[in-house]
Amino acid sequence: MLERLANEIPRFFSGNNMILLLEAAGTTLLMTFLGCVIGFFIAFNLVYMRQTPGVFAAPLRLVAISYIEVFRRIPFLVIIYLVLFLIQAFVSNASLFSIAVIAICIYATAYTAEIIRGGFESVPRQQVEAATVMNFSRWQTLWNVIVPQAWPVIIPPAIAFMISFIKDTALVSQVGVFELTFRAKELNNQGYSGILVFGTIAFAYFTMSYPLTRFGQWLEARLASPGHQKRP
Amino acid sequence: MNYTFQFGIALDRLPELLQGALLTFELGVLAFWGGALIGLLGASLKIYGNRLLYGLAQTYVVFFTNTPALIQIYFLYFGLPEVGIRWSDYTCVLIGLTLNAGAYLTEIMRAGFVSVHRTELEAGETLGMSRFQQIRYIIVPHIAKYIYPAIANFFIVILVMGTSVGAVIGVDELTGQAINISTENYRWLEMFMVTAVIYVVLTFIASISLALIGRWAFRVKAKIF
Amino acid sequence: MHHLDIRNVRSAYGKTEVLSDVSLTVDPGQVVALVGPSGSGKSTLLRVLMGLNPPTAGEIHLDGERIDYQRKASVRAARDRMAIVFQQYNLFQNMDVMGNVTVAPVKIKGRNRREVEDEAGRLLAKVGLSDKHKAFPDQLSGGQQQRVAIARALALKPEILLLDEVTSALDPELVNEVLDTIRALVADGMTMLIVSHEMGFVREVADTVVMMDKGQVVEMGAPKEIIDAANTQRARDFFGKILRH
Repeated sequence: MLERLANEIPRFFSGNNMILLLEAAGTTLLMTFLGCVIGFFIAFNLVYMRQTPGVFAAPLRLVAISYIEVFRRIPFLVIIYLVLFLIQAFVSNASLFSIAVIAICIYATAYTAEIIRGGFESVPRQQVEAATVMNFSRWQTLWNVIVPQAWPVIIPPAIAFMISFIKDTALVSQVGVFELTFRAKELNNQGYSGILVFGTIAFAYFTMSYPLTRFGQWLEARLASPGHQKRP
Repeated sequence: MNYTFQFGIALDRLPELLQGALLTFELGVLAFWGGALIGLLGASLKIYGNRLLYGLAQTYVVFFTNTPALIQIYFLYFGLPEVGIRWSDYTCVLIGLTLNAGAYLTEIMRAGFVSVHRTELEAGETLGMSRFQQIRYIIVPHIAKYIYPAIANFFIVILVMGTSVGAVIGVDELTGQAINISTENYRWLEMFMVTAVIYVVLTFIASISLALIGRWAFRVKAKIF
Repeated sequence: MHHLDIRNVRSAYGKTEVLSDVSLTVDPGQVVALVGPSGSGKSTLLRVLMGLNPPTAGEIHLDGERIDYQRKASVRAARDRMAIVFQQYNLFQNMDVMGNVTVAPVKIKGRNRREVEDEAGRLLAKVGLSDKHKAFPDQLSGGQQQRVAIARALALKPEILLLDEVTSALDPELVNEVLDTIRALVADGMTMLIVSHEMGFVREVADTVVMMDKGQVVEMGAPKEIIDAANTQRARDFFGKILRH
């Protein structure tokens, strides 16, 4: 085993391979970022929709709640396949990268929506009432009262979700996107040792995930302390 | 769009899908309990162990929570045969998920351990309880109530997300079955829509059951939704 | 025609009826006080007026015009003319004092910011907080926060001011500064509907005292009549219990 590794390591860490893997890592990070950020914005609107009051808005609320409750309970792999086949039924030559981003987006929307809703609900209802009786519209209340107080509660878990999702993107290798796990499989198929390949790739994911996770924890601590709030 | 939905063909194979769901459940339960035991051990090491034991547990946790479960499974499936260990695809997924779960559960349980008051433990000590006995008779019953929601939720996560990863290396759990059948009847879209519905139903049943168990056994007001 | 005419209003919370057949009137410049035990529906009446709880029966008229709580436009118009100060002050924690007082006139009513800030300065001086323009709510005492809340309500130039137990959440030593502020408003001729437990204060400033119990009006009349010589047994019990000073 050790001789095999000694043999393969120089070839494995060749310039070509490293460039390929670096690009793949970039793809992984880009997919994650795009999918999660777009998902966040859609989720924001979804939560707004979900909280629309009044009898006539019931269908809107139902749609929003249903989306969130359903797509939080379907495995990411299944969502990937669904998006793949659904899109290919319409657009036969859609790029795999965009399919992956859409799948990430759908999944992220459902999860982030709960984070956002939690943030909104963390603002005491009485302040919302005070705004309401002063004739603030819902939108005005949202941007003048709720969001300024909710965002320190929303951002850390939202970022933590995105960072955690870097690992989940490994599944899009299944539809052929040229990300890290796909390249790893490729290299393994080319004959490199599984221990070498997957060990290295695991380490690659680690170097992306761990520092960012620590950053997220630092950010959370920073936003939770009273020091960050505006002071004269 | 030139695609006609033919759900009939997909639904004909429902029994096989449900068998896959059974395997999903089995994998989920086994991986969860295995992970829970590891979690208990890991949390104990982190709290009571010396620096070496703490470091060991911490390394394990940090490694398994910052790498994808799929890569962990690939490592077992493609890497181990090279040193002579040839596990079935099912075993690789089971062990991989268990190790993965163990890392997360270590952290969940550690948080629970820390919440137990020192005085309760000292009382146990004066009664002559060994560390192990303290853990078993004081800590676990005490924290069970507090960490139950987190653990119950984690179980749903393993059940739904974790086990589907097995499909990638050919395990015939729910997603795997969906893939198998689709390659035969070419009704990919319908099969996966049905599969998605089964997952949603499965997790609702699991959430509600766990919430009810929580209320009955621990008087925990766990959320159903 | 009365300024504010509340007729046979009912309100329910689920199956429980919180207000049963409440009627009272408020005329311009009048100070009407609502008193009674907890749960009697006093605060609920104010909330109904401001459209926070729906009335299930009865009518409320402002200057003879009925407020239709089912129609948004009608509720908005009513809210334009009345302002409420809550027991818990409900200040916006993300804005400083000046921000709290000016946000509604500037952003909701669209008035000129410079004008509004000048007015706000005068209002804050009136409630005794000239040096606190840039303070945030969590830097102020309860009494100070409540005075900001009063200034915030006054900045809307309401015709009627509703005060919902505005001193009940305050430490005793802070109650007087708020009562003084209210006394000044009474002297200015502000029309007010006050819910309060401060019987001495009520006796002093109110033109009419309305006693409520279990969602109904038990007695109504001049302060001396009601508080000193209550007619019904319920009222006597209530006042007897609380008037120990």
